[in-house]
Amino acid sequence: MPVESVFPRLEALLPSVQKPVQYAGGELNSVVKDWDACEVRWALMYPDAYEVGVPNQGVQILYEVLNEREGVLAERTYAVWADLEEAMRAHGIPQFTVDAHRPVGAFDILGVSLASEMGYTNLLTALDLAGIPLRSADRGDDHPVVLIGGHAAFNPEPLADFVDAAVLGDGEEVTLAITEVVREWKREGCPGGRDELLLRLASGGGVYVPRFYDVEYLPDGRIGRYVPNRTGVPWSVQKHTVMDLDNWPYPKDPIVPIAESVHERYSVEIFRGCTRGCRFCQAGMITRPVRERGKETIANMVDKGVRSSGFQEVGLLSLSSADHSEISDIAKGLADTYEGTNTGLSLPSTRVDAFNIDLANELNRNGRRSGLTFAPEGGSERMRRVINKMVTEADLIRTVTAAYEAGWRQVKLYFMCGLPTEEDEDVLAIADLAREVIKAGRSATGRNDIRCTVSIGGFVPKPQTPFQWAGQTSHDDVDARLRKLKDELRSDRRYGKAIGLRYHDGRPSTVEGLLSRGDRRVGRVIEQAWRDGARFDGWSEHFSFERWSEAAAKALADEVVDLEWFTVRERDRDEVLPWDHLDAGLDRDWLWQDWQDSLHGNEAVEVDDCRWTPCYDCGVCPSMGTEIQIGPTPTPESPSRKLPLTVIQ
Amino acid sequence: MRFASHRDIARALERAIRRAGVPVAFSAGFTPHPKISYAGAAPTGVASLAEYFEFTLAEYLDPGLVRDRLDNAMPDGIDVVEVVVAGSGGLADRLEASEWRVEMPGVAPDDAREAAAVYLAAETVEVERLTKKGRRRFDTREAVLRMEVEECAAAEKNETYAILRLVVRHMTPAVRPDDVVTGLRQKAGLAPPSSTVMTRLAQGPLDEASGAIADPFAANDETAQNGEPERAAPGEGEVPADQAGRAEEAPRSSLLTRDSGHA
Repeated sequence: MPVESVFPRLEALLPSVQKPVQYAGGELNSVVKDWDACEVRWALMYPDAYEVGVPNQGVQILYEVLNEREGVLAERTYAVWADLEEAMRAHGIPQFTVDAHRPVGAFDILGVSLASEMGYTNLLTALDLAGIPLRSADRGDDHPVVLIGGHAAFNPEPLADFVDAAVLGDGEEVTLAITEVVREWKREGCPGGRDELLLRLASGGGVYVPRFYDVEYLPDGRIGRYVPNRTGVPWSVQKHTVMDLDNWPYPKDPIVPIAESVHERYSVEIFRGCTRGCRFCQAGMITRPVRERGKETIANMVDKGVRSSGFQEVGLLSLSSADHSEISDIAKGLADTYEGTNTGLSLPSTRVDAFNIDLANELNRNGRRSGLTFAPEGGSERMRRVINKMVTEADLIRTVTAAYEAGWRQVKLYFMCGLPTEEDEDVLAIADLAREVIKAGRSATGRNDIRCTVSIGGFVPKPQTPFQWAGQTSHDDVDARLRKLKDELRSDRRYGKAIGLRYHDGRPSTVEGLLSRGDRRVGRVIEQAWRDGARFDGWSEHFSFERWSEAAAKALADEVVDLEWFTVRERDRDEVLPWDHLDAGLDRDWLWQDWQDSLHGNEAVEVDDCRWTPCYDCGVCPSMGTEIQIGPTPTPESPSRKLPLTVIQ
Repeated sequence: MRFASHRDIARALERAIRRAGVPVAFSAGFTPHPKISYAGAAPTGVASLAEYFEFTLAEYLDPGLVRDRLDNAMPDGIDVVEVVVAGSGGLADRLEASEWRVEMPGVAPDDAREAAAVYLAAETVEVERLTKKGRRRFDTREAVLRMEVEECAAAEKNETYAILRLVVRHMTPAVRPDDVVTGLRQKAGLAPPSSTVMTRLAQGPLDEASGAIADPFAANDETAQNGEPERAAPGEGEVPADQAGRAEEAPRSSLLTRDSGHA
């Protein structure tokens, strides 16, 4: 059946919407394949605005991996803004891909990358615009399989009614495996329809199909258990881990948008996984073990990627980029290669110390000097011990002093508020730390124009982490603590003016908490909020707490559970969590012990990194059949590895 | 591509220059910028067959080679048509007026002709537009040197379809083709559809007497160092580079881009 481009009809609407170029496609390195020559067709979605979604690594990687295959095509689709949504509804134009402007409903699979829970309502908008029934149960054989992945998919339960399937972990191999299952099923003439296809996907144990699991609830509202309701469906579903990143050097030819996007650079992941053991960090827990990409592969990817894209900046991505065992070689090699070409290098999310000031200088050799952001995360020594972010005040002062001496005039410090066991004084300690930073900068440089910006985010307990059992701090408490901190800084006549404070109100964190640790009942809240107009909830100007809390009250009216039950309530050890049947490899007993170990304040038990200390049995490697992959052992000259500070550039 | 803003086009050009390995000169200073100047960018949503850039190279390169390399490196929808060595004087000074085509599906040519007559008969036709400096009211009439309705447009399209051709002088504040259409609506009661498609056909020096627009590169053809600059077929879009009259001592490049309209 021929599938026609919606562009002729869409084009007439574009002059009257904001930033129309984002919907026009035609980006360099985008791919349009012959529809009829392909057997398996993927629409890949990042459920946020184009400018946020287009640089996303996950989508770009899978886009290339799929399009390289014979008989397979992949196109991209993003959330449309309200002005275009309204016009599309008025003119009957369906959700479309930006590559060939084909209707999303015509594809075999709609693969959705969920980096954040706040994109859930945008997913519903896209389904609705595509003409795909919102609920999985209402879909027929002609509708795409709606498949989710990404970090938020490690608890897919709030979306269980809306998605057909979920995958956990690295997407490269499983995406191709799914493609083959779909191809074979289609070649056989689609036997058994949609149900059989989903059953084939589920039976391998690598794809979670929510409809094949029944949830039983206890009278008090907690979950009794998850039971497979079909034979051949496993009791638990495992995450996927790509074991040799040098075999998967993607993206090779990154999409270069015409429109402006949030990251204008060629990005390459230099490793995946992190075993620093920060207890709040979901990414660090679910992406284990550490797998480095070799420095030659990185150099080749950067060389090709920059030539292919024309980008002027290279981002070396990972969860903690200075931890790569060969980072100085990599940075120096790239700085030498791009000497005199005005090509900047950046290391987002990098732990920094004295050694890394040299590294930062290396990075800035061919570009402008970027800002330095350190992330102590907790204001007090006690707090940092609780979250296992083991950095002392002396470490921080030493590091910022070196940065100020090296010519930086401003550093940013990133913290969280609302961490487990937190008291007012832990948050007020942020002010003390910032004052010490300014004091150190002034004395190191003899100048008065030293600045420090303190940026604070609300902590949200995440699934598959030691804090998954924690009660989330209420937004009222978070807001009250931040007000006290603000007053403290404002009343400081000596240092106050040199310290900037940036924070948001705590209420969006409550909704994020609901969506992060919710179960299937939360799906009704999402749908209600969406029907009441929720869109782009990750954008403060579009987010409405009232809409969400009213939606929760309405949708959960007949339940014994409510918004607070899902967020501020602490869970006990025996409670069945909505993601317990989804296996990220982490040993549940180890997670619980680590949670308990965190609760001893100044006596909290420290967990070191298994890259350079013995294995502490988190469980991932034996259960997933994986192992740490890193380069040469760190030398005694780089004790920097022990200093956990973060740089975000 | 007509939905790209001038900043989007500028970014695409800078990236194409890097991909093409064209040795553009950088400004000195703390944050070096490539030496590129843009003149008279078409408004977002308007297609163009005649956009011009001027840029400076760090070393002399054959303009034809620069054209080929840049054209290959540009995304689909932007074509580099011609590159010439820059002559004396700024590029912006040579771009005195633009010719525009305004396609209005659903408008009868006779209605358009009638409205044009009313418009041209007026002394002033003021319109309002939101500019960077806020809402401004300004005259459009003085800038409009020619306004004609194309014959046979409706016959070709086999439907009700009017095509307007405008020659508009560049002035401050800029009078854009959509401002003229607004003027037509307000002054002459024309009801253009929302799907009006506007295209810049040419930019260049203005012959005051005839209202004709000359080729802004004409002056360069005489002084170019490397024989006749190659000129692509009309309508393909373009870019020229230039290396001023004294190319050997002071290489400069003026680069001109036309993007070919519909994305």
